[in-house]
Amino acid sequence: MLRFLLNRLALVVPTLIGITICAFSFVRLLPGDPILALAGQHGVTPERYEQLKIQFGFDKPLWQQYFNYIGEILRGDFGESISTHRPFMTEFMALFPATVELSLCAIILAMVVGIPVGIWAATRRGTWIDQGLMGTALVGYSMPIFWWGLLLIILFSTTLGWTPVSGRIALNFFFKPITGFMTIDSLLYGNWPAFFSALRYLILPTIVLATIPLAVLARQTRSAMLEVMGEDYVRTARAKGLSPSRVVGLHALRNALIPVVTTIGLQVGVLLGGAILTETIFAWPGIGKWMVDSIYKRDYVVVQSGLLLIALVVMAVNLIVDILYAVINPRIRVQT
Amino acid sequence: MTTEIAPVSAAANTSRFAALREFWHYFSQSRGAVLGLIVFSLLVLIALFAPWIAPHDPIEQYKEFFLEPPAFSGGQPQFWLGTDPVGRDILSRLIHGARFSLLIGAVVVVLALAGGIILGLLAGYFRGWVDVVIMRVMDLILAFPYLLLALVLVTILGPGLFNAMFAIAITLLPFFARLTRGAVMAEKNREYVVSARLAGASHIRLMVVTILPNCLAPLIVQATLCFSDAILGAAALGFLGLGAQPPTPEWGTMLASAREFIQRAPWVVTFPGLCILVTVLAINLIGDGLRDALDPKLKRS
Repeated sequence: MLRFLLNRLALVVPTLIGITICAFSFVRLLPGDPILALAGQHGVTPERYEQLKIQFGFDKPLWQQYFNYIGEILRGDFGESISTHRPFMTEFMALFPATVELSLCAIILAMVVGIPVGIWAATRRGTWIDQGLMGTALVGYSMPIFWWGLLLIILFSTTLGWTPVSGRIALNFFFKPITGFMTIDSLLYGNWPAFFSALRYLILPTIVLATIPLAVLARQTRSAMLEVMGEDYVRTARAKGLSPSRVVGLHALRNALIPVVTTIGLQVGVLLGGAILTETIFAWPGIGKWMVDSIYKRDYVVVQSGLLLIALVVMAVNLIVDILYAVINPRIRVQT
Repeated sequence: MTTEIAPVSAAANTSRFAALREFWHYFSQSRGAVLGLIVFSLLVLIALFAPWIAPHDPIEQYKEFFLEPPAFSGGQPQFWLGTDPVGRDILSRLIHGARFSLLIGAVVVVLALAGGIILGLLAGYFRGWVDVVIMRVMDLILAFPYLLLALVLVTILGPGLFNAMFAIAITLLPFFARLTRGAVMAEKNREYVVSARLAGASHIRLMVVTILPNCLAPLIVQATLCFSDAILGAAALGFLGLGAQPPTPEWGTMLASAREFIQRAPWVVTFPGLCILVTVLAINLIGDGLRDALDPKLKRS
């Protein structure tokens, strides 16, 4: 196990360096002058320009600039936003919980619905139930989620008036964040109306963001189940006269879920990509919307540091999933 | 001499024909795949003949007909699916949009496939440091959520349809490179490759002529799936205002400008998205059918 861990960690190092090089190069590859882009100013005097050049360290050779950048990152200094002049980290930490809350709800919804649907389709293989479920899953998998979100808004918000169009909680509720998760915070304060308000705001974005992972999980669970159902130990269990629910639940499902766990891990990157679109449509105050807005506003400090931190988060989650996977499945540990 | 060669090539032709027939046999087992193929063929025809099918010019603005509802719900009879906020005929724009979506899919897949095959061949054939460098760069691309990476690349390159296609092709590159590398490594030490090498074939000939044709099946399936990913990705970039620029009748871009009108004119939003969904769904149906038909493991069961 230790060897597996060390091997896996060794693979992370080049990616880690690569991510910092990407973030470092981003600003330098932008069209136009990177110094002016970072300062967010145009038409500065030559003296001011020289001043900025020294301030950002552009007067030094490239390799030295890179090591300075690494030094800043290691000190936890991610620069300050051009448009708000607040430290990047302060803004990031204020918005990140919103994205995590939405993503967690989406992945939970995808698992709670997707896995049972996959099992159901597998146990009814070839029937119209199977075909109907898998047809629906393929539609979900092919869905342009930005359009799907707009359709749901037209139906549930503007026509039926059941859910709010955009935002995270009704404006009359305001409290100091504890965890940053609106649903949990409102419960911690014992504020039930706020909790239900947060829930009403959460439901449509969650459905939209969960759509593709849900479809992927349903398809993956079905094929994993079908593969396992043909194995000898399942046939043995069946031949022993165990009830079908016991065969499926106890013998097949446990082994079928192993590849499904990896799929869930791989969906993290997909979720963060989907969050960009979902948060934009629903004006959800999270990292995805912040990144898009920062691109529009040419706030390249935020884009650069956001790129870096999001990649680090995705990498960390994938690493944790890989290690968990090795804990569940001893075969992986032996192979590597 | 020619009479001696002819039967051989004829035999090769029949075996190729037989392989094709066998493939079609398995592919046509899936009704979904055949349906997908029919829809996709229709889309290709619509795209090819767009200027002749479309009732109006896609960028002509009819000043007296802003946000006209579709003909079937009380609109003007000459605008079947209504008009958009600046008075352009939506049906004509959708028909021309088919050209852009298919073009996007084709260009992105060709770019990603060509790049991925070259990188994968080099990595799998030479191994060593070439392999390490190429595969670590591919890992790096996969470390970023693909839409974020595409957004950042477009920020660097500037918004526009071609830059969006290029950015999406880069995000899809690792899938083809990994697949090719794996297949090359599996084939490299087979007897036919060794004998070709002993016969004096050059590295390039070994890679491209000897090994590559035997790695094609998984690449074809992946290319189909990436075709739909590319259309979705480009539409998403268009929706965010960083893909094709107005007045280009690209479906995602059409949605972007329609967002403010969801209350007043839902048809402006409904139809472009429906077109994206139907196109992507048709291609995914074909992809599923191809995978089942080309995967020998599934054939036996």
